Amino acid sequence: MSDRIGSDEMVGDDEAEGKVETTEQDLWFSGTEEPEWLVGATHEPAQEMHKEETDERLRQQLGIVVDDDYVGDEIVGDDELMIVNLGPQHPSTHGVLRLNVELEGEIVRRVKPIIGYLHTGMEKTAETLTFMQGPTNVTRMDYLAPFHNELAFSLATEQLLGTEIPPRAEAIRVLMTELNRISSHLVALATGGMDVGALSMMLYGFREREVILAFFEKTTGLRMNHNYIRPGGVAADLPDGWEDDIEGILDQLPGALDEFDDLLKENPIWKGRLVDNGIITTEEALAHSITGPILRSTGLAHDLRKAAPYSGIDRYDFDVAVGENGDSYDRYRVKVIEIQESIKIVRQVADTMPRGDWKADDRKIVPPPRKRIDESMEALIHHFKIHTEGFKVPEGEAYVAIESPRGELGCYLVSDGGPNPLRMHTRAPSFANLQAVPLMLSDSMLADAIAALASVDPVLGDVDR
Amino acid sequence: MSDENAPDDEQGEVEPAAPVRSIPDHPVLGPLVEGDESVVWEHTFGQDVVQVPVESLVGFATAAKEAGFELAADLTVVDYLGVQEPRFRVVVNLLSVRHGVRVRLLVDLPDGDAPALPSLTALWPGLGFYEREAYDMFGVDFEGHPDLTRILMPDDWDGHPLRKDFGVGGVPVQFKASPKAT
Repeated sequence: MSDRIGSDEMVGDDEAEGKVETTEQDLWFSGTEEPEWLVGATHEPAQEMHKEETDERLRQQLGIVVDDDYVGDEIVGDDELMIVNLGPQHPSTHGVLRLNVELEGEIVRRVKPIIGYLHTGMEKTAETLTFMQGPTNVTRMDYLAPFHNELAFSLATEQLLGTEIPPRAEAIRVLMTELNRISSHLVALATGGMDVGALSMMLYGFREREVILAFFEKTTGLRMNHNYIRPGGVAADLPDGWEDDIEGILDQLPGALDEFDDLLKENPIWKGRLVDNGIITTEEALAHSITGPILRSTGLAHDLRKAAPYSGIDRYDFDVAVGENGDSYDRYRVKVIEIQESIKIVRQVADTMPRGDWKADDRKIVPPPRKRIDESMEALIHHFKIHTEGFKVPEGEAYVAIESPRGELGCYLVSDGGPNPLRMHTRAPSFANLQAVPLMLSDSMLADAIAALASVDPVLGDVDR
Repeated sequence: MSDENAPDDEQGEVEPAAPVRSIPDHPVLGPLVEGDESVVWEHTFGQDVVQVPVESLVGFATAAKEAGFELAADLTVVDYLGVQEPRFRVVVNLLSVRHGVRVRLLVDLPDGDAPALPSLTALWPGLGFYEREAYDMFGVDFEGHPDLTRILMPDDWDGHPLRKDFGVGGVPVQFKASPKAT
């Protein structure tokens, strides 16, 4: 009777005709036998790791494609090895990342990341949305760095349009993306700390991030998924009193960073867990398309803000953080130093914020201000046209890359001359960075593997899109 | 790229007014493009784009890697169904960190329904995930890829979602574990 989930009232009309049978397996009590359909829930034989693999796949899973640094003992017997799932539902995987690991006791032998559990077809969705609506879609990809997604998309669109952006809009974009870099790195430090057992770090990190998110909410109306940076500029000017808000953030953050350093920098447990853990070399990182803090932690000062400046970021003075050893501790240090450098940038932007328009003066691309609609027939027409059919973008293709908190975030746009992109592809940094996981994790203890994974800082919304 | 900011008004050259560079003068890309007649270079929207036929892809990519493109940033496919022939075009983004140069390779795939090209994973192992994604989403076969399986969609998924003839919506059940799955 009522002991079944999904009773007949909830079944749609077509199903009530009896074509689809609901079975007693709908309800599964613990202790009873696992129903057959549930066993297959995460069963992807082709994508999983197997006992027997081809040589090349084996080398990938051992992480020795470029550098053979595997120092495992002689291969032990089959009965000593066990293939285990980590995830997809475990907090230390930062989302729905699933790792197939082959364990020998507590030592990780082989690793294979399996992804796609958060795949929602955002690149397909982008083809049905206009360029005007695009930022609402891409902002949901890397949900810890939404401004960067919007910026990459907007820059690519503007590249095709050839639109000039007023200086104030560029400055606001830099301000918001650098604040976003701070908030994203704070989450990385917080959750990274939690994974290694530094639970206070988790509270500190999220506490500081809250101040930045409050400013985002005041400016854009939302804490995440802002849809604030749009083709042609930004959606709205900074709110009244923004200088005081920024001042408050800049006053508070350095003290918080000192607090983090007191807690972690020389902490013997923290160092014991992270130093020489998950080492990756520059050659390995480059060959595996790994960018961002992971690449910089190996000692290569590659930062797109310096190498290919965007949105006028070269006007501000800052340094690129680099590590030496490419271990988890260096990755932690790189993130902390990047927060400090971003604070420097934010301070400079706040001090030199230009006056003027915050969106391009192009009526074919940017909707007119609300006031103009009451006064001008043309403004009303433009408003209506832009919001219904969108604006047309010249035929062509463009790739724009920016430095997101996780590495190179690229947006590849192909337009056929219509208001919708023919193709929108995002070069997601987390997606490529996941390829570092076998390199770092194989041949280490399972607990160290979790620490190394935390230092990769993958965002699964970005990986799966 | 870094040299573009350097002030060269002392020399009084006429360069600033002409943004289009002549590719044979380019220190990194020039030697790659110069010798090969089949390779077409363009400078569109301020970016260097090279059209490479499938047959010379591996040769060009090998030369590019030797010339300093140590990082393959991205690989994707565009489906031009109903827009132009041939239908599929593979787009590879190469980055030379050393020289600060970026180039985009466009590779048109001649076979419309069974597109295939050689895998570049031997040169850049980082393209492994990207080629799997391209196979998953477009059904493009990368010959020689060590592990060409679906990556984002489930193993038993029908079709390739990002193809233009794959409809939006109309998927009855998202989760195959559901007993109502059709």
